[in-house]
Amino acid sequence: MKVRQLSIFLENKVGRLAGVAKILGEAGVNIRALSVADTNDFGILRLIVDDIESAEKNLREHNVVCRINNVTVVAVDNRPGGLARVLAVLNASDVNVEYMYAVAEPNSERPLMVFRFSEGERAVAALQAGGLDILAEKQLFG
Amino acid sequence: MISDLYLNDFVDRKALEALQLQRMQETLERVYQNVSFYRESFQRAGVKPSDLKKLSDLAKFPFTMKTDLRDHYPYGLLAVPMKDVVRIHASSGTTGKPTVVCYTRNDLELWAETVSRVFSMGGVTEQDIVLVSYGYGLFTGGLGAHYGAERLGCSVLPMGGGATEKQLLLIKDFGVTVICCTPSFFIHIMEKAEKTGFDLKKANLRVGFFGAEPWTDEMRQRIESGAGIVARDIFGLSEIIGPGVSSDCQCCAGLHVFEDHYYPEIIDPDTGEVKAPGEEGELVFTTISKTGMPLIRYRTRDISRLWYDKCGCGRTLVRMDKVKRRSDDMLIIRGVNLFPSQIESVLLSVKGTEPHYQLVVTREKAMDDLEIRVEVSPLVFSDEIRALEALRTEIQSKIKQLIGLSAKVTLVEPGQIERSTGKAKRVLDLRKK
Repeated sequence: MKVRQLSIFLENKVGRLAGVAKILGEAGVNIRALSVADTNDFGILRLIVDDIESAEKNLREHNVVCRINNVTVVAVDNRPGGLARVLAVLNASDVNVEYMYAVAEPNSERPLMVFRFSEGERAVAALQAGGLDILAEKQLFG
Repeated sequence: MISDLYLNDFVDRKALEALQLQRMQETLERVYQNVSFYRESFQRAGVKPSDLKKLSDLAKFPFTMKTDLRDHYPYGLLAVPMKDVVRIHASSGTTGKPTVVCYTRNDLELWAETVSRVFSMGGVTEQDIVLVSYGYGLFTGGLGAHYGAERLGCSVLPMGGGATEKQLLLIKDFGVTVICCTPSFFIHIMEKAEKTGFDLKKANLRVGFFGAEPWTDEMRQRIESGAGIVARDIFGLSEIIGPGVSSDCQCCAGLHVFEDHYYPEIIDPDTGEVKAPGEEGELVFTTISKTGMPLIRYRTRDISRLWYDKCGCGRTLVRMDKVKRRSDDMLIIRGVNLFPSQIESVLLSVKGTEPHYQLVVTREKAMDDLEIRVEVSPLVFSDEIRALEALRTEIQSKIKQLIGLSAKVTLVEPGQIERSTGKAKRVLDLRKK
């Protein structure tokens, strides 16, 4: 089960991130999860939003480089050891994690981990076999 | 005799022109007989060597371009059999093929003679100890300066480039009075001297002959005041002979061209029309004494002006303006020739990179820096940092491989690089003119 994620290329300059947030805000797009990975010169902003098509379209109109790819969202137990359990399952199956980030809401019973795997199918199979819950896109936007 | 060496610097212009005409006629005849490229080129233009009856008739003859040298690489423009060639030099090529220059014994002697005249003009005598810090090898700088200094009777130290500390040691211990190197390398030496607490002003160093790359009047001031020496500008290009085509005198009012051997013209780069003295245009040289690989009306792509009025030093040799820019888009970065189109070919070869790029050239201290700004296209945009970094590294290493320069590669958002309706502004040269 895949969830779509929007990745955005940003130069490491003041205002770039704010600019993107403004475009999305004006387009009426709501952000569910967010992560920024950065190097000296540039960064990649990764977002899970409620209207990905609209987000992509609006960003492209503003000449922002972005692309949509698939990620896996896993529900994690909200207690110490919750994350370790997920990672242990992945390790045991020798699945490679490209990157990951968390969506945590303080009152949520089950925070969410967003994963990008190099072998998505195999990873999902391993997680499900390990008794973990994978969320579908519509489950994120109750 | 040493004094005969620079007789022609002061000769009466009428006598000089008569000498030039005779040499030019001999050279045109020589290439017409011996070099098929020139025979065909003259025939296509409908001219014969005998059509040169006065110097201005040279305008009837076709130009030679750098591409002609490349098309006839390596020995297509040779006017003598290989057994008469005693030296072969090659300069850095822009497309991987170097520019080849072949010298006969006559050519080597004439080269040494003109470089020694450069040194004389700078007040150098046989008493001087000359440090040659230009690169030795296929590049013409080192050996050109070397044989010129030796011809004058100086004591020559064939050090070559690099090894800054060793250079300083020689200057200090060996009583060096004259140095020959690139201006940026000398500034590097000056900085090293300052760092190690060595006052160059107290050394025996008196004069420096700097060239092989463009340098500003500000750099000259900096060198002269920082090291307490006279800084002279030596101009040349391998295709014509190497260093020693022209150099400045104490008047610093332009560079005297050794026109008894290298006949200069200024042309309009678009129409090819010969310009009048004092008018700006592209420098063209015809070698009138070389026998190995004579060049007829070779277009240098350098922009300059010619001045025939008498110089304060008494020399009657024409003066050319220091070259500040080129008529094409070629850049010289740390002594390496680079065309923006070469960068373009690298970018296109790297999967998916859109050819919207810009070269930014800066000079922080003495060394040139090159930054290549490349727009990231939606196609090439990978969601992974690793992949983008790999892309950057790939571009960087391909450029290093192609031209030997380490450039910084910066990935930028689309639309960050100015589009233009006419010729794209590919280059932002922020080095001070």
